[in-house]
Amino acid sequence: MGQVQHLIDEFRDVLRTAANGGAPLRIRGGGSKDFYGNRIPGVDAHMLEAGGHAGIVEYEPTELVVTARAGTRLADLSVELRACGQMMAFEPPHFGPSATLGGCVATGLSGPRRASAGAVRDFVLGVRMLDGRGNDLRFGGRVMKNVAGYDISRLMVGSMGTLGLLLEVSLKVLPLPPAETTLCWEMQEAEAIGRMNQWAGRPLPVSATCFWDGVLTLRLSGAESAVRAARTKLGGDEIAAGAAFWESIREQKHAFFRGGGTLWRLSVKPTLPPLSLPGPQLLEWGGALRWWRDGGGKTGSDALGVRAIAAAAGGHATRFRGTGAHADAFHPLEPAMMDIHRRLKQRFDPAGILNPGRLYPQF
Amino acid sequence: MSLAELVASLRAVLPCDAVLHEIEDLRPYECDGLSAYRQLPMAVALPQDEAEVAAVLRICHARKIPVVARGAGTGLSGGALPHEQGVLLSLARLKRILEVDPIARTARVQPGVRNLAISEAVAPYGLHYAPDPSSQIACSIGGNVAENSGGVHCLKYGLTVHNILGLRVLTMTGAILEVGGACLDSPGYDLLALMTGSEGMLGVVTEVTVKLIPRPECARVAMAAFDDIRKAADAVASVIGAGIIPAGMEMMDGVAARAVEAYAHAGYDLTAAAILLCEADGAAEEVEDEMHRVERIMQMSGAVDVRLSGSEAERLRFWAGRKAAFPAAGRISPDYYCMDGTIPRNRLAEVLGGIEALSAEYGLRCMNVFHAGDGNLHPLILYDASRPGELERTERFGARILEMCVRVGGTITGEHGVGIEKIDQMCAQFGPGELEAFHAVKAAFDPDALLNPGKAVPTLRRCAEHGAMHVHGGTDRFPGLPRF
Repeated sequence: MGQVQHLIDEFRDVLRTAANGGAPLRIRGGGSKDFYGNRIPGVDAHMLEAGGHAGIVEYEPTELVVTARAGTRLADLSVELRACGQMMAFEPPHFGPSATLGGCVATGLSGPRRASAGAVRDFVLGVRMLDGRGNDLRFGGRVMKNVAGYDISRLMVGSMGTLGLLLEVSLKVLPLPPAETTLCWEMQEAEAIGRMNQWAGRPLPVSATCFWDGVLTLRLSGAESAVRAARTKLGGDEIAAGAAFWESIREQKHAFFRGGGTLWRLSVKPTLPPLSLPGPQLLEWGGALRWWRDGGGKTGSDALGVRAIAAAAGGHATRFRGTGAHADAFHPLEPAMMDIHRRLKQRFDPAGILNPGRLYPQF
Repeated sequence: MSLAELVASLRAVLPCDAVLHEIEDLRPYECDGLSAYRQLPMAVALPQDEAEVAAVLRICHARKIPVVARGAGTGLSGGALPHEQGVLLSLARLKRILEVDPIARTARVQPGVRNLAISEAVAPYGLHYAPDPSSQIACSIGGNVAENSGGVHCLKYGLTVHNILGLRVLTMTGAILEVGGACLDSPGYDLLALMTGSEGMLGVVTEVTVKLIPRPECARVAMAAFDDIRKAADAVASVIGAGIIPAGMEMMDGVAARAVEAYAHAGYDLTAAAILLCEADGAAEEVEDEMHRVERIMQMSGAVDVRLSGSEAERLRFWAGRKAAFPAAGRISPDYYCMDGTIPRNRLAEVLGGIEALSAEYGLRCMNVFHAGDGNLHPLILYDASRPGELERTERFGARILEMCVRVGGTITGEHGVGIEKIDQMCAQFGPGELEAFHAVKAAFDPDALLNPGKAVPTLRRCAEHGAMHVHGGTDRFPGLPRF
């Protein structure tokens, strides 16, 4: 315990020193998501290695709640949960063995189960963090229902380390589904989008969907009887290596993700018809997530173009991997929204030392 | 600024009947569901669209007049209590369902739309809006967003924050924020989460995009009676431990069970120390399986009686008792005061034991109803306000209960919100650093602190002055509205 507090004190000292000197910090857990977000400008950003603050603080399976230090590896946490028949239902991508819980929360990325089970932000119940002045703060808690104070725990999700250094996170966890099966059909993209939306509107235990290269793949998860009944209703061909397939999608090891160029992530209304973009696409989340791999070509990605397409569809586009067109990683904000973002940032990190520019160049 | 000037400037942007200022017209707005707190506002504005809301906000912002937004006024923490120097902004006239997209499974609605009206409107498509607070027949979706309302099904289906996709929000200056939208996430900070449960302190919601989910094929409920509350608490843990996420799981202690049985005739065992209801929903085969697993777990946990609903009518009858808990309390006692703590489930027996001891100490009866699935405990303290000193004793009793909830790792409010009612208990839940951060968030949205001032987050000075927690009594202004 003394060692843990010692490390927190060290973090606090680093933050206070940086704040006093106005020297920017780059927070890093396991480094598995270094590629994500904007590059922090300036070569002098000091690296704050946070991965050492690891370990499960409290885990009571019958409470459906786990509290772990932010440096805890996702892989280790998954093993602990699995041993008790539970999981992080948002199926977080790891992108490497060193991935940490803190990085998972800070990037706010969720995997194949997101459309049915919810995202990271839906499962975060509480956080302990150091703000930009080194204040040790706790928000939310370890209970499912809590409406005392603003929901700052969820505000931290996806904030890319710009509002504070995460120390501990409490998550709601769920039981592993007793049965799971993966089915596939050959069909055109437009038909697949139609099917995915139609099925999502029926009481079926669909837990993941993916369309790529003329094949719709779908996962059913739940009680033995529910999966069996849905399997009969839906037809399709069962594939044997279902778990490996979904892992390849989650970890971006599937054939679609191989090769260079820029990988764009478009979050759109799920019913949006097929997008006409130069280069391969892969769909997830019932049509609400469209991955587009821009082959690079001569001109590179047309960031403005793809962002206009996403925005017209009520969504947004993220430059996920690659540096195509030197575009900012995240979709630009309306001025009124940017205004609120800057004010929040200013209040949590007045010296502007926490991952400056990683989310938006303006802060 | 004089009242006459304020009324004149509001009438310049709103229809004449949309600005109220005579005392008798203001009276219906003097309190929300927590009627112990009453205050007349300077004026009430009843805009009918977003442009009119923005116009009211701009007028008030320019003149530094506080604004308190109000939906259906069913809240239980005084969050919509008017400000004596302010305008009460009613969103009741913004009550249109703007768009239903059954294929994308979303509905875009105005804030004054009633919670239940959404589910009714989308029922023909086999869909519904999942959060179902007990007041759903009356409460508005805008109010649900402000309070992050739950319902008996929230362990499985989530709270408001899990079931909305987008908001249109007006800031105090009348600027529009488009937060989220029709897709599953949005760029930048998660302001959707920050707005949800912010109790009208950050902005005024003018449009909500909600997520619709398929109605389950069927539902059944198991009713189990226990002779010891600890066995019932163990049964709850065992159900969850077995990997079952029930659609709803509710517990009543013996006092509550007997009170409701006399009133609702649900068929509860009158000798039981606790009654547990556990609902399964989904495909017919799945529900059948789950019910029998639940039945076995109840028996192994020592239930003296377990019954499974055999028909929809029976399911509703089993539930009728639980849903009658609040009116039943009103029948056996002249007054009751409802608490709203959340605790880790495994501390239930300890907390109930503590409440029993406090009940003896203060000489006041207490019945407990418990959203067992999510740990949200509603002790109902029974008292008689006409007896001198009894209200004060009730207040102290309640404060001690909330202190205990915080002490075991829980929270002072699971679903009713802080409002004005629990503002002093915030000092027990949070330290100065966290409170400062809350004020900073408030200032980022509303630097002049004109939206709902004095609610939800206490000043550091207030915490310092009050020191120990102090709870005020309250009674429900809507005795006819279901509360559970």
